Amino acid sequence: MKAHTLSILVENRAGVLSRVTGLFSRRGFNIESLAVGTCEEEGMSRVTIVCIGDDAQIEQVMKQLNKLVEVIKVSDITENYHVERELALIKVAADPGSSRAEVMQIADIFRANVIDVSSKTITLEVTGPTQKIDALSNLLAQYGVKELIRTGKIAILRGTKTVISTK
Amino acid sequence: MKTGAKILIEGLLKQGTKTLFGYPGGVVLPIYDELFDSGLPHILVRHEQAAAHAADGYARASGNVGVCLATSGPGACNLVTGIATAYMDSIPLVAITGQVPTSLLGNDAFQESDITGITLPITKHNFLVKDVKDLPKVITEAFFLAKTGRPGPVLIDLPKDVCTAESDVETDIGSEPVLRGYKPTYKGHTRQIERAVSTIISSERPVIYAGGGVIASNASAELISLAEKLMIPVTTTLMALGAIPGDHPLNLGMLGMHGTEYANYAITECDCLIAIGARFDDRVTGKVDAFAPHASVIHIDIDPAEIGKNKKVDIPIVGDVKTVLTQILDRLNSEKKYENWNARIRQWKEKHPLIYDNDGKLHPQFVIQTLNSLLSADDIIVSEVGQNQMWTAQYYCFKKPRTWVTSGGLGTMGYGFPASVGAQVAFPGRRVFDIAGDGSIQMNIQELGTVSQYNIPVKIAILNNRFLGMVRQWQELFYNRRYSYTELPPVDFVKVANAYGIEGIRVDDPSCVKQAIKDSIAHEGPFVLDFRIEREENVFPMVPAGAAINEMIGGRPK
Ligand SMILES: Cc1ncc(C[n+]2csc(CCOP(=O)(O)OP(=O)(O)O)c2C)c(N)n1
Repeated sequence: MKAHTLSILVENRAGVLSRVTGLFSRRGFNIESLAVGTCEEEGMSRVTIVCIGDDAQIEQVMKQLNKLVEVIKVSDITENYHVERELALIKVAADPGSSRAEVMQIADIFRANVIDVSSKTITLEVTGPTQKIDALSNLLAQYGVKELIRTGKIAILRGTKTVISTK
Repeated sequence: MKTGAKILIEGLLKQGTKTLFGYPGGVVLPIYDELFDSGLPHILVRHEQAAAHAADGYARASGNVGVCLATSGPGACNLVTGIATAYMDSIPLVAITGQVPTSLLGNDAFQESDITGITLPITKHNFLVKDVKDLPKVITEAFFLAKTGRPGPVLIDLPKDVCTAESDVETDIGSEPVLRGYKPTYKGHTRQIERAVSTIISSERPVIYAGGGVIASNASAELISLAEKLMIPVTTTLMALGAIPGDHPLNLGMLGMHGTEYANYAITECDCLIAIGARFDDRVTGKVDAFAPHASVIHIDIDPAEIGKNKKVDIPIVGDVKTVLTQILDRLNSEKKYENWNARIRQWKEKHPLIYDNDGKLHPQFVIQTLNSLLSADDIIVSEVGQNQMWTAQYYCFKKPRTWVTSGGLGTMGYGFPASVGAQVAFPGRRVFDIAGDGSIQMNIQELGTVSQYNIPVKIAILNNRFLGMVRQWQELFYNRRYSYTELPPVDFVKVANAYGIEGIRVDDPSCVKQAIKDSIAHEGPFVLDFRIEREENVFPMVPAGAAINEMIGGRPK
């Protein structure tokens, strides 16, 4: 069992996301992360899903996804050379007197941006692979993470290769 | 300018719809008004579930898309079991539901239910039409999806205002729709075909395991050619009975939980398993690890997701069964006849035939055999679910494809009677029998009203054991005979039939079986046969749940 990153090109129609996600839950798969948005082609969306399973399970889920009429292409890019990114917004407890400086120092190391400050909190914005965001939020835990919002992972192949329709 | 309702009816007619099975209600009034003088016949059922099953029975018997129609909310929800039944058995069905007007969608309006949401996991695809301009395209796509590739049910949800709105969009029906995300593979990969051929030829003990895909693909002739060319024995699933004649020397009958011993032994011993349009269902395989443990597995299926889903496959071939079998036949050059293997199978057949007690009592198997002797190859047998279904599968000798109509994957009690209505509507000239249990028939017995109203001459043969027999059998065998809520009080089915203006006869004695069936056949309209069978008769042989399929119990008479 390991995490797989699936890049799914779908027609951008009402209900298509529930078709895709419904299929995962119906077949007993947990979605670890999900990101959806429009893409280079008009009328299409790209869904990036991270899910955990053994090879046979992932193969089955991909085949089932391919059967959805509005799914144009499904690729498991886990083994391909790719770049992955996630965006997180983290609101950390940070009193001006005590930990604020430390939090800002940590943010600096992770190249996170401070996007909001209040009397009791600092809000950071950070981009990077999943592990980087995990590491940052773990470090910040000691100060008190008030709220953590992650976009879910998106991924793109390196070089000239693309995940586009061949159907 | 045409209204949505008119576009719908014209679309259905252009798609070749011969009969609609349906039930009216508030939001489908515009459709019913259009139907009134449209020339498209409509059968008014007594429950929407029956409309879906009738459309399904129509599709199975004829091979054409069955169409059913229901109103929103409760009407649509009543279709659900019928749609799921068709989905599990890959039956081409188009279900049309009314919906509340688009302005009220999502408001919990009167009789609103999210039927596209509800049927998401049990349809091949579904549509909620919000603009009348989309309707012609949707109808074309719905029929195309239902009948091509791996067939299945498609639902079209039509808000009332879409039915009354007018449009001048050309009804571009008839052309093949372009669906970017839907491109079924029909032709088998040449190299895989070659590998399959050489694997078959180099094997010593091949067996064909044929499933419902052979029927769906109308590939019965190709299946028989393949079997006969090399003398390869054939076992069929419940869904494929009739794909090869029941009395064909190479036929092993059904395999699996209530299959023949020789079919299951052949699977266990074979060194090459040719799975054709079958999906290794757990009722077929028993313990999967012990299913064809010595075999190289060739799997032909139009749905890539079925290949390798339950059983590891050595040679996958994605494609239409008929096309792939033709490709294989074109390349198959061998004089092999597998004499030793066939001799071995003949021994099993002689040693382990299907048997039941011959003690002068009224046994259901005898009823089925007698029925078999009185009907002809084109007549259609429909069943309910339970023991009645298994006895029919075991003891009726199906000679042709599409003469056997039963709910396999979902195992829906109450399916048979309405499905027999659909089959009879498809073939008014053939005799159609629904073999029922007293439990199952009471799940849709209200359809006596439908067959009475339209004088649809289906015959209902109830194997009446006053039990939910199949469940009782499991309780007897695995729950220490604790018959928890499986006993049914006696019902006078003849009187029930009479109340609907239908004739019937009760049969208690084996000596009267033949005459009673003859009388029912001679009778012009629908007819009810109430056979009071041995109450605690069991279906044998049987593979207990989770056991290997060669570990069968109860093959001998008591
Ligand atoms: C709708 C539905 N509910 C419950 C079941 C579970 N079930 C399977 S067989 C069976 C008993 C069927 O009884 P009957 O129709 O009398 O047929 P018999 O087995 O006695 O021939 C039941 C309850 C089912 N298959 N379908």
